[in-house]
Parts: sequence; C-alpha cells; structure tokens
Amino acid sequence: MSENKQELQVAALKDGTVIDHIPCDKLFMVVQILGLEDMTNNITIGFNLDSKKLGKKGIIKIANKFFSDDEINRISIVAPHSKLNIIRDYEVIEKREVQMPDVLVGIVKCINPKCITNNEPMKTIFHVVDKDKCVVRCHYCDKEQVRNEIKII
Amino acid sequence: MENRSFVTISGHSKENILYLIEMAKQFEKCTNRNLLQGKIVATLFFEPSTRTRLSFETAANRLGARVIGFTDPKVTSSSKGESLKDTIMMVSNYADVIVMRHYLEGAAKYASEITNTPIVNAGDGAHQHPSQTLLDLYSIWKTQGTLENLNIVLAGDLKYGRTVHSLIMAMRHFNPTFHFIAPKELEMPEEYKLYCHEHHIKYTEHTEFNEKSIADADIIYMTRVQRERFTDLMEYEKMKNIYILRNEMLNCTRPNVRILHPLPRVNEINYDVDDNPKAYYFQQAQNGLYARQAILCDVLGITLNDVINDMKDKS
Repeated sequence: MSENKQELQVAALKDGTVIDHIPCDKLFMVVQILGLEDMTNNITIGFNLDSKKLGKKGIIKIANKFFSDDEINRISIVAPHSKLNIIRDYEVIEKREVQMPDVLVGIVKCINPKCITNNEPMKTIFHVVDKDKCVVRCHYCDKEQVRNEIKII
Repeated sequence: MENRSFVTISGHSKENILYLIEMAKQFEKCTNRNLLQGKIVATLFFEPSTRTRLSFETAANRLGARVIGFTDPKVTSSSKGESLKDTIMMVSNYADVIVMRHYLEGAAKYASEITNTPIVNAGDGAHQHPSQTLLDLYSIWKTQGTLENLNIVLAGDLKYGRTVHSLIMAMRHFNPTFHFIAPKELEMPEEYKLYCHEHHIKYTEHTEFNEKSIADADIIYMTRVQRERFTDLMEYEKMKNIYILRNEMLNCTRPNVRILHPLPRVNEINYDVDDNPKAYYFQQAQNGLYARQAILCDVLGITLNDVINDMKDKS
C-alpha cells in the first residue's frame, strides 16, 4: 500500500525529473550540488523513505526541470547509484543512472591545505582516477582523495 | 597560442627528456650565448631560494637575456593580499618568460593556465621541482653515458624529499632499479611505490645504510634527514648518524658510481667524501646552469637546431 502511494507521488509530477535512490546521508549534499536552494521550481524532497535496496532512501522531485548530463553527473561523486526518471505528461519517458564524469570542475574541495585551489579565488578541477572506488586527483597539486574524504564546495 | 610552459617533468616523454639533455650538453660546450638577447626573464620568488634563483638568473644572463623580479614576497603586493593571478597577469605584460617559485602546491600549473607567457616552475611547495629533476637526469646521463638500466640508490628522507619523487617518475622511461634506503619514519610513501608497480619499475627497500647496501649502485642519491620531520627526537638522534655517507664506505663500490645530492647538505655526506672522484654533487649543481639554459630556450621556442647552429656561427 505504502509502496503504491510512493509510486503515486512520483507519478503525480506532470513534467520534470525524479532523482531516486539517493542515500539518505547524501541527500542534502545532492540538494546543494544541484543548487536546488536557488531554484524557483516546485520541488519535493523526500527523506528517510522506505527502500528495498537501501533500507532508507532520499528522493527529489523537481517540476519542469530537465538536467543536462553535465549537470546531473555532478552528483555521482556523492550518490553514484542514483536513478533518474524523466517525466513528461505524467509518464516516465526515460530512466537512467547517473554516470561518473572524467573531470569534476568546481565541485570538490582539495584536502591539501597547501594546494593553490584553497588559497586563490579559483575553481577546483579534479580528475576521476577510479570510477568504482571513486578516487579523484587534484589537477593542480596531484593529491588524491577517496569518496569518504570528499568535501563539496 | 601553444603554451610551452615547463611546470612538471612527469608529463614529458622519453624523447623530450633526451632532447632537453642534448640541449643542455650544447650549453655545456659553450655557455655564453646571445640566444635570448632582447628577452626579459622575470624571476618571481614567492618563497626564498637563493640557490635556484641564482642558477636561473645566471642561465638567463649567460643567454643574453635581462632579468627582472623579486626575491622576497614581503616587498611585493602579494603581502598586501594580491592574488597570484593578478601578480602573474601584471608581470606577463612585462616579461617574455616567468620563472616562479611558490610555497603553494599547483601554483605554477595554475599560473600557466591563466597566461600565454610561458611559466617555468622553480618549485611549488612540496609538489614539483622539475628543473632540479632535469639537472639530476643530465648529471646521471653525463656520468654514466646513458640513462638506461641503472642501479640507483635513494637514501635519506624519502618521505618528504620531492626531488627523489620526481626522479622516480622521470626515470620510468629508462628501466631503472631503485633501492630505497630510509628510516621507517621517512620511508618512501605508498603512492610512489604504487607508481613503481604501475610502471613496472623495480625497487627494493632497506632501512640499513652501509657498504653492502651501496655496493652495486651506479648512482647514490643522498638527501637530507631533517630534524623537524621527526616526532620522536630520540629517533632522530639515532637516525642522523646512520644515514651518513663516509669515504671508507665507498671502497667497495663500483668504479662508475657517482654521488648526487640536491644540496644543501648538512651532515649526511661527510666532508671526507668531497675529494673522492666519486663525489659529484658540486658538478651536479653546475649542471643546473646548463639544464636551466635548455629549459629557458625551450619554453621560448628556441630549438636544439637553433642552439647547434648558433654555435657553428661562433666558431
């Protein structure tokens, strides 16, 4: 019954994007990365919803918003297995998983305090070294970090 | 415009390294040239380094260029809070090439991305010091006649010593065998051992530094064990006298072995080694001049042929 209700909520979106299967502890990082605070769209954020896969999950529904690959793939760094449902006229017309990009620009903060990026007004650039383990390397100081060390700017 | 900056050695191909070494050789044959007449070289030292600065400025002067710059950031606008970007943009308007030393890691790479004026990295924090690496390679090549298949002992502080890290990366093209000799506290970091695995570079690790551990070496590269690196000063007191190269230790070494050191040394090479023909650290520093002449010419678009033809004109 509750499962149905959730489905219903998702389907209730006329046009827009549903980001599903977000780990709960990463939900608000995803909100931040996508810059949802600054949007005027109708947005529903579901927190601690029941999930067969994750136990608990987060979900975000954004009306009338369709992300480009570059925009949405930014969240892969914190929520690599999130699923995207693209809704048009109450129908899911596309489902896809977020993909880890090769390069992350202006998202991750370098953990090296002596890195130039932490001392100059500039964007950080990280190269994704290992997509499975989520290892990223700073373009400037070459310092590598793994997922649990990653801080979002 | 193609930016010909020299910010790291790890990205250089084997051919390019050998090309720069060949160019350095030409400068050793004939050091005083006018290849950079009319050019202005800026030396921006956000962190003091007398040795490196003098070497670059000598290289520029011997090529006929003129030098502007600062040796101490206290006298510049960066002490007033000016960003690196603004300083670089300003100096780009004046100079044909910028040689920079900075205390922050990645500073040179960033500088090279914001200006078309070529940047030469004269050291960025604990990160890279590629002109030192090129002079090390030139010294190895010159004393051994080749860079291929050599036995290289790296001894001392292998944890923080950026020169040894860069050397490993640059030598990956030449099938070396490394012997890392360091106290436990200062052993080679995991990431560089991983780098060796990935690039099929052979290495062994030791904590003992004695006659036996250097007997098969073609190159002994010594680095300074610094007191401030130790959390346990008792440990330092024990270590500091172990990692000292003494003349009598060289009796059973190979005749072709040469001792390198990026300098300054404190006590890790005993003064009685200085007169041994196997000691090479002072010549190594001199090679820095030729290596840096090659770097300055290369970033300014002067080719090996230009350098060779220039010498023909002279003779």
